[in-house]
Amino acid sequence: MGAGDAGLRAGAPDFLIEVNQLTKTFNGVPAVDQISFRVGPGELFGFLGPNGAGKTTTINMLTGLARPDSGTIRIAGLECVTNPKAAQHLIGVIPDESNLYPELSGFDNLCFCASLYGMKKGQRRARARELLDTFGLKEAANRKFAGYSKGMKRKLTIAAGIIHHPRILFLDEPTSGIDVASARRIRQLIAELNDAGTTIFLTTHYLEEAERLCKRIAFIVKGRIVRTDTIADLLQPILEKKAMLISVSNASGDLCDRLSSAFPRFEFQAVSSGHIRVESADAIHIGPLVRFIESQGAEVTEARRLQPSLEDVFVRVTGIEPDVMKKEKEKAGGDL
Amino acid sequence: MKRWIAFWNIMLKDMRSYYLKPPNISWGLIFPAAWTGMFFIKTGTGLESIPELLPGVIAVSILFGTTSMLAVTVTFEKKNRSFERLLLAPLPLELLMLAKTSGAILFGAANAFVPIILAVFLTDLSGVAWMIVIPAVIMIAIASTFLGLSIAVSVSEVFEAQTFSNFFRFPMIFLCGLFFPISSLPMFLRPLSYLLPLTYGADILHGAVHGKNIMPLALDFTVITAFCILLFSISLRNIHRRWII
Repeated sequence: MGAGDAGLRAGAPDFLIEVNQLTKTFNGVPAVDQISFRVGPGELFGFLGPNGAGKTTTINMLTGLARPDSGTIRIAGLECVTNPKAAQHLIGVIPDESNLYPELSGFDNLCFCASLYGMKKGQRRARARELLDTFGLKEAANRKFAGYSKGMKRKLTIAAGIIHHPRILFLDEPTSGIDVASARRIRQLIAELNDAGTTIFLTTHYLEEAERLCKRIAFIVKGRIVRTDTIADLLQPILEKKAMLISVSNASGDLCDRLSSAFPRFEFQAVSSGHIRVESADAIHIGPLVRFIESQGAEVTEARRLQPSLEDVFVRVTGIEPDVMKKEKEKAGGDL
Repeated sequence: MKRWIAFWNIMLKDMRSYYLKPPNISWGLIFPAAWTGMFFIKTGTGLESIPELLPGVIAVSILFGTTSMLAVTVTFEKKNRSFERLLLAPLPLELLMLAKTSGAILFGAANAFVPIILAVFLTDLSGVAWMIVIPAVIMIAIASTFLGLSIAVSVSEVFEAQTFSNFFRFPMIFLCGLFFPISSLPMFLRPLSYLLPLTYGADILHGAVHGKNIMPLALDFTVITAFCILLFSISLRNIHRRWII
């Protein structure tokens, strides 16, 4: 039995995280505005939104680092607004920035973090070695944390967050700003943790990451949850439609309108310069479309079928263009 | 038991990472020696004046020993977010802050014995009431640490903590009756002396070392204990108000 099991009572609650009408304002501006959601045991729940949407503020309130203005939080059935310490033995938190001690080695950092949860010397040393091995940091165990690369720091921060076998793990932007290989390994580790039964609350602004990892997702925009659903249910409406992206050159400005008139069963949308998105409930045959476009004096350079993605759903639900999210990705320096 | 494992390891980490570093240890040795030397030269007296100077030097050593690293152990860790890791641990805030300050208290108390050990070789200290000196040293260390803590948690930047810390520390050397009696201060400054915890700690030391205390020792101990409780409460309140927003 891990350290995190101690606080779970015999009559285990149906939901490990229950949030109701949670609100937080800073200087009168709502950062989180009356949000409600529930996360079940063993679930990997994604909390998606652009930077500044209220994701970190939500995590801070759930973990006891911030005080809500109103609303309720229950973690594993324990009331956490009036007693933020009540469930801290059950949770692990991995913040958006690595916050371990630069002057300590990787091994000493993990041992120190384990001691904060009351683990005995032998236990914490064994667990630290196990995690250093799991995260591929064995060789760097005795090096100071300050000398670690960004990816190594992120991995050690995750290791520190799970050192005490938490039942619930809060991950704030776990792959933000790190290299592709490290991000891939971290996503793999997150999936493994979830498979092993850890309930995970993941915030990210990487839509592809959420789509790959999460079972259920909430979209948060400007402090409000605009939609909560399973990935399957979110994707269902767009799965029913076929979509294609046609790249054209020398197109006139009203090509979409002319296409709409010629093919009334299809929906056409100019998504960016030289690209037209075609959607239809029926099969899209490319031949007639290409012939029509070329008859209008334009040239088709490429045509490809689009796989429906969470990004499409996100745009539909939130009205935020994918470009905004992409810019944020670039700003964060991350890559998938 | 689990909480005490955490308490002990927080204290050990701070001792190893901050207090037992060569620059800090040398500061602990040089500072009391420099103050002792300065007052010898200033007063022009011989070794017989050591018992008169010793309480002041002990108090200054504790004051600077306790407060020198709090800006780093608390304010810097808050700034670089490693303090969040402690706030997320399943520990009551009171115990966490006691663990975070116990290193400073121990280091400050240990600093007090530097001038005492030097004095043992230079003069006769057989008349010193050690059973009063030891609790006095501990109480001064706790009060000075909590004073430093209350400053460290009231600011956001390390330089602010250090600046405010000096704003209190240096005037206290002159206002708290360490080397000059409070009665020799200008009348308008005397009330200020009684608002500072070190005044009461230094008075206990004067009484224990050469029998010249100006207030009853029981009153001194009561007031300095009250200061400890007050300063720790203010610090906790500030952490709640400013850090868990």
